[in-house]
Amino acid sequence: MTAPTDHAAAGEPDYQSLKFDYVRAADFALPEPARHPVVIVGAGPVGLSMAIDLARQGLPVVLLDDDDCLSTGSRALCFAKRTLEIFDRLGCGDEVAEKGVSWNVGKVFFKDKPVYQFDLLPESGHQRPAFVNIQQYYVEGYLLACARQYPRLDIRWKNKVIGVTNTSDHVCIHIETPDGLTCLQADYLITADGTRSPVRGMLGLESKGRVFRDRFLIADVKMKAVFPTERWFWFDPPFHPNQSVLLHREPGDVWRIDFQLGWDADPVLEKSPERVIPRIRALLGEGVEFTLEWVSVYTFACMRMDSFRHGRVLFAGDAAHGVSPFGARGANSGVQDADNLGWKLAMVVKGEAPDALLDSYCVEREYAADENILNSTRATDFITPKSEVSRLFRDAVLSLAKDYAFARHLVNSGRLSVPATYIDSPLNTPDLDVFAGLMRPGAPVADAPVAVHTKPDWFLPQVGQQFCLLLFGDANDVTPETLAGLRAMTEASLALKTVYVVPAGVSVQHAGVDIVEDSEGLLAQRFDARAGTAYLLRPDQHVAARWRHFNHHAVRAAMLRATAR
Amino acid sequence: MLSTQSLNTTPNFANPDDFYASLIDMHLDLTPAQSEMANARLILLLANHIGDMQVLRSAMTAARAEL
Repeated sequence: MTAPTDHAAAGEPDYQSLKFDYVRAADFALPEPARHPVVIVGAGPVGLSMAIDLARQGLPVVLLDDDDCLSTGSRALCFAKRTLEIFDRLGCGDEVAEKGVSWNVGKVFFKDKPVYQFDLLPESGHQRPAFVNIQQYYVEGYLLACARQYPRLDIRWKNKVIGVTNTSDHVCIHIETPDGLTCLQADYLITADGTRSPVRGMLGLESKGRVFRDRFLIADVKMKAVFPTERWFWFDPPFHPNQSVLLHREPGDVWRIDFQLGWDADPVLEKSPERVIPRIRALLGEGVEFTLEWVSVYTFACMRMDSFRHGRVLFAGDAAHGVSPFGARGANSGVQDADNLGWKLAMVVKGEAPDALLDSYCVEREYAADENILNSTRATDFITPKSEVSRLFRDAVLSLAKDYAFARHLVNSGRLSVPATYIDSPLNTPDLDVFAGLMRPGAPVADAPVAVHTKPDWFLPQVGQQFCLLLFGDANDVTPETLAGLRAMTEASLALKTVYVVPAGVSVQHAGVDIVEDSEGLLAQRFDARAGTAYLLRPDQHVAARWRHFNHHAVRAAMLRATAR
Repeated sequence: MLSTQSLNTTPNFANPDDFYASLIDMHLDLTPAQSEMANARLILLLANHIGDMQVLRSAMTAARAEL
């Protein structure tokens, strides 16, 4: 468990009160609008991740935000293992993981009795925990610190997009600033401006789906309480009858409590301290001191846009898809959108891959959105049954769960965010050889403990950022033919990093080949690898192809396929 | 007649009258609401015992066919 720290103690800024200065842009109101390769709208977790990933690859990026501060309240809160791994790639994984409260265990209560407990990460040998809880403004603050390390990443606060024209040649973006109106042109516009997405509206597009007729109260409560660092979910508890309640720990002695209120609740009235305080007091009991940090009443919908791409405009995060909050699938899936689009857009802008590669962003992330929507809709139906018979079966499951293991698997208080495996992606090279396990083409790569130059390390930081060829075996297998084959690929501008995975204790060096020791044998186990097994990994750490034997012609073909060439 | 695929709808009880009486007896002294709950629990227990989604889907289709 990570010990929560106070920002004052850690010498950190108070992220909630930070204001960012508007600066008149060098290209303000030019007679001929300045042309940029990529403009991003929305400096939330998704827009910032996107901007950093592109800047990291050397692209100039303009990031527009209509505001001048970070988000208010805990909001996204639960950041998943995969998102932390992406933040590692972007440069702020340690900050988020250290600040956040890590947790793996969830408990479910029915009325006043515990019925079910789960451990989200039962297996060891992963650098990151299943989840950390951290207020969204910290995540944005750390991402912003990363972003500022790139001089060609131009963040423009108080730049409100008021009009967008999408042409076959470029996107024209009309912007309102404190200095008046200005206009930019972009080769590509990335829209990450949130659920209500003004840009989506300006283009006459919609996100469609199912609105849930229910309201929830969120309260960030500061208190010295004696709950463990776990996710606690109550169905129909005595302190809040007929509804559900969710309790989560945040850094800094803050706890997040979500109360289901029902559709008829008055959203304004329910936010008032006179209504909120008794609800919290009912949960905590008398005599527990607490203060309210932030209160909000929300409704939600499970919905998505028909297509995440419209010409030169691409949509990511809540702008593209919305889910109920019960699976921590909002911000997590949004950051995964950015992770998917980053390398593709960089290759397209640099002329290394055709524009068609961007269509695979839609195929893969629309699939992921459907998976997230399906999971979060099912959880919502279980948590807030909308018919008498649905409520009957829900309560029957909960009443059986205490005594029967099978029923615990039916209890759904949110199937928590795991990354999608892009099963049918056109970028995958289908298996010709026989493999077991989860690392099929399209899957996000599993982590494992390794050693690099005899120092303990983790596997994931050794791959990603670019295409990687992973070769398992004894390094004696690095034959002159293998090296010649790899050189031929580089010469054909199919740049590829080669990582050789050797058994523990084998210490060898080869020019141009990174050696990673599989210190506990877990890497070979998780990849179902034998000596000679080869994997091609994408820059976003998803599997593109795998073989039992390396053959540079096959790798070359898989590279071309994975980049839509 | 509905296609029931691998759902067994041929007579399968050694003593059908015993089964039927047990089913009715299960509800003895229960209020209608409690009976509904007992039925729901019974369905869940049996469904898990069967496990096979194809069989379960066929049974669900057959169950609501005449309604």
